[in-house]
Amino acid sequence: MLKYIVKRLFLLLPVLFGVTVMVFIVMHLFTTDPAEIILGQHATIEQMAELREELGFNRPLHEQYFEFLTGAIKGDFGNSLITKTPVVEEIGQRLPATLELALAGLLFATILGVTMGVISAIKQNSIFDYVSMVISLAGVSMPIFWLGLIFIVIFSLKLGVLPVAGRIQMGYEPTNITGLYLIDSLLTGDMVAFKSALEHIILPAVALGMYSAALIARMTRSTMLEVLGQDFIRTARAKGLFERIVIGIHGLRNALIPIVTVIGLQLGTLLGGAVLTETVFSWPGVGSYTVNSILKSDFTVVQGSVVYLAVIFVLVNLVVDILYAFLDPRIKYD
Amino acid sequence: MENIVEEINNETEEKYFDKPISPLKEIWYSLSKNKLAMAGLIIIILLILIALFGDFIMPYDPCVGELSESLQKPSSTHWLGTDEQGRDVLSRILDGTKISLRVGITAVAIALSVGLTLGSFAGYYGGKIDMLIMRFMDIILAFPSMLLAIALMSTLGKGIDKAIIAISIVTIPHYARIVRGSILSVKESEYVQAARVIGNNDLAIIFKHILPNVLAPIIVRATLGISIAILDTAALGFLGLGVQPPYAEWGTMLGSGRAYFFNANHLVLFPGLAITITVLAFNLLGDGLRDALDPKLQK
Repeated sequence: MLKYIVKRLFLLLPVLFGVTVMVFIVMHLFTTDPAEIILGQHATIEQMAELREELGFNRPLHEQYFEFLTGAIKGDFGNSLITKTPVVEEIGQRLPATLELALAGLLFATILGVTMGVISAIKQNSIFDYVSMVISLAGVSMPIFWLGLIFIVIFSLKLGVLPVAGRIQMGYEPTNITGLYLIDSLLTGDMVAFKSALEHIILPAVALGMYSAALIARMTRSTMLEVLGQDFIRTARAKGLFERIVIGIHGLRNALIPIVTVIGLQLGTLLGGAVLTETVFSWPGVGSYTVNSILKSDFTVVQGSVVYLAVIFVLVNLVVDILYAFLDPRIKYD
Repeated sequence: MENIVEEINNETEEKYFDKPISPLKEIWYSLSKNKLAMAGLIIIILLILIALFGDFIMPYDPCVGELSESLQKPSSTHWLGTDEQGRDVLSRILDGTKISLRVGITAVAIALSVGLTLGSFAGYYGGKIDMLIMRFMDIILAFPSMLLAIALMSTLGKGIDKAIIAISIVTIPHYARIVRGSILSVKESEYVQAARVIGNNDLAIIFKHILPNVLAPIIVRATLGISIAILDTAALGFLGLGVQPPYAEWGTMLGSGRAYFFNANHLVLFPGLAITITVLAFNLLGDGLRDALDPKLQK
């Protein structure tokens, strides 16, 4: 097993190298001159040339790439062109918000998706089955940012039960331990902060998780139907086991491998989807930061955050792969 | 008596020795029994008709509005209300059908052509070519696709054609992988070997003999791919990176309507519904096609 993990990690290196090359090339095809972004449109040609020289933008591309790569390996992506703060620091401050949102979305998607899928499979062709399949079809067809806006209209503007935007009410932030407000507030026993953080995260997490919930529900339903038709389920029923044991222990456990894989792969999708959800709910995460930086042409920030998110995405997918091999003994490690 | 025997013989002949049903007819037969897929197909046909002849049924000019009539709620004069510039929302949604279908279909066509070619070469030739192509695909897949599309848009600039290119690039690996897998599964089949023995060159073997036999999963993925492309275009438009005003793209309409949705909910509701219905239609048809094309699922 250890050999397999090490091998997979080595195989990851060329992909990660490719990621840095691709991001670098894409960002250096940028039409806007970085010197113009920093100095503004009224700068003289001499001033811009001086700044380009100073920042090294007029050096050969391969030299610039090498510097970017060595920086990236050390975890240094340079400074923001606009705020001048180190990109890693900015991302570091926002990453917990993105992770918290993605994990909350995943939790919601898993609970809703697995429950809907299992009940649909047990009650195949019932009204519940049809309704849940319609919900999951709608779930994969709705744009998540639209769903987010609709939620805001219903729950924040009309009913007034949940906040419109942000991560927590100003001044309620819990002591920083993990950076995840829900966990930090629980660890410090600060229930006021917990309540505020929970109220703020419900709408974005549900909007973000709806697509994944729909996918998980469809996967769970089809896998459960396949498993429930197997001989060992008939045997379990024939020997007189309670139905909930047949379903829960014999059925669900055997259907778990493909379900866990889908759930794991969704975490990556949720990290990508967070870009949109964060924008809708003004969630202070890496996604909304990246979009704002693109709109402001702050390309060092875009470069850094895209590489950062891609690395997390790749690592999450690797962990899921390893977990898959671990759960299913039929998969050979070599 | 003889007549009866002859009649039975004729009947049997008709019944058992009739011309075989063509695969297309078989698929259509199976698809036409699937009510949801047919509903999807009917909606798609309607959308295509709207895209083609929408100009004739639009009540107002989608790009020109009366500022004095801005942000009106749905009424008998403006069925779906007006936007911040007084433009008729219904006309804009009808006009947006053109853009969404164009982006969805063109993006998939480009991604499919490139993916098909790359996947075919990787699967057929194997070895270094396979490794090179598929590692490159892995690199593209290493990014969350929406994030990569956004990053590409920031380089390419805004606009409909650029959105098409960005969305195509991020989806190429999906097609390349499916095609490669399908080719690997039939590469050593007897009919492929036979085609080689009679002197066909590699290109003819790939495009004339192998691909027509592995089209099923590719067609399904392409149909579902259109819905993903439409969603992605809307997302880019919403973020302000896609199709630019005054063109009526549904995502762009949602993005600009967002600023007014506190007092004009209809600016958010209707373009979103249009996206959902279109995407749903392609998803229904895609699911139906998958069932119709998968021999395991046929009864």
